[in-house]
Amino acid sequence: MSTAQRYPTPAVVLHWLVALLIFVAFPLGVYMHELPASPDKLKLYSYHKWIGITILMLAAARVMWRTTYTPPALPASMAQWQHRVTHIVHGLLYMLILAIPLSGWLMSSAKGFQTVWFGVLPLPDLVGKDKALGELLAGVHQVLNFSLLVLVFLHVAAALKHHFIERQPFLQRMSLGKKGQP
Amino acid sequence: MSMKRIFNALALLAVLASPAAGAVEYRTVLPGQSAIGFEFSQMGVPIKGGFKRFAVQMAFDPARPEAGRAQIDIDLASIDAGSSEADEESAGRLWFNRSAYPGAKFVSSRIRALGGNRYEMRGTLTLKGRSREMIVPVTFKPGKAAATFDGAFILRRLDFGIGEGMWTDVATVANEVQVTFRIAASGK
Repeated sequence: MSTAQRYPTPAVVLHWLVALLIFVAFPLGVYMHELPASPDKLKLYSYHKWIGITILMLAAARVMWRTTYTPPALPASMAQWQHRVTHIVHGLLYMLILAIPLSGWLMSSAKGFQTVWFGVLPLPDLVGKDKALGELLAGVHQVLNFSLLVLVFLHVAAALKHHFIERQPFLQRMSLGKKGQP
Repeated sequence: MSMKRIFNALALLAVLASPAAGAVEYRTVLPGQSAIGFEFSQMGVPIKGGFKRFAVQMAFDPARPEAGRAQIDIDLASIDAGSSEADEESAGRLWFNRSAYPGAKFVSSRIRALGGNRYEMRGTLTLKGRSREMIVPVTFKPGKAAATFDGAFILRRLDFGIGEGMWTDVATVANEVQVTFRIAASGK
């Protein structure tokens, strides 16, 4: 497998870092939401926001880095429609990893809670305190997240299918290549 | 005693009883221009709030500050604690325990001039059945229609049992609450 069949190393690192953080932030968001008021709830909300802002920054770096390289070509054996769907899903995933933390940040501002990253770096409130807007953004945050859930499921299922069922060297595309090994 | 002498004596009495010329005693509080707010830190995030309903009885003459007095009664149900969830939570037994203690009261005991327009007001704050002596710096600003009294002080919520049990964790909700107020009053 040549290097052109892998994503560049920084892209691979960013992909897995963002994936890992999403796998923490998503269930945390679902869980913390229903908790009764307690100091632990306040802590979990803060951790969720800190992770979200971290994802936003990594995602911004990813999208910027993405413009500097051509990703490895998809296998020629894949049908044209699969190429198209793959590009659409990847595009939507990039949009969602930016839009979801951004909607959370805006929601927090609208609900009157500034986001202070790791309790140290205060982020500006891009919208003022507005109860109706806060509730609207909470809905937006939720819909975007469940869209992400569906797309991640598709993304993972497709990668596994191409790799294990169609026996294409697919998972290597997003893994770190070993030096000296083609 | 002639009518004239009686009249003179009454006039003299009236002069003695009234405040010094030019001085005004501020007694009538203007609720629309008055406000009580607070700010505290929750997980490092500043949260602003306040109380919408409170009653102030006061008398203050800048010529005789030591004779001044103030009593402030706050309706705790009028709280804005930053969000409706926090408003509800704050009513509970661990916080204000509002069903048992619906109000907060401050009664001044001594007002002292610090020079310029600055004064120090001492008094007792009673909150959730606990009374504590407080020292409150106040800045007085005379105005044509109304004078304003601006004050700010730090209240340690745990001194009053505001946040018991799990909420005594000051790493989550800070102990220090910055209280600010502006009381506008006219001299009429």
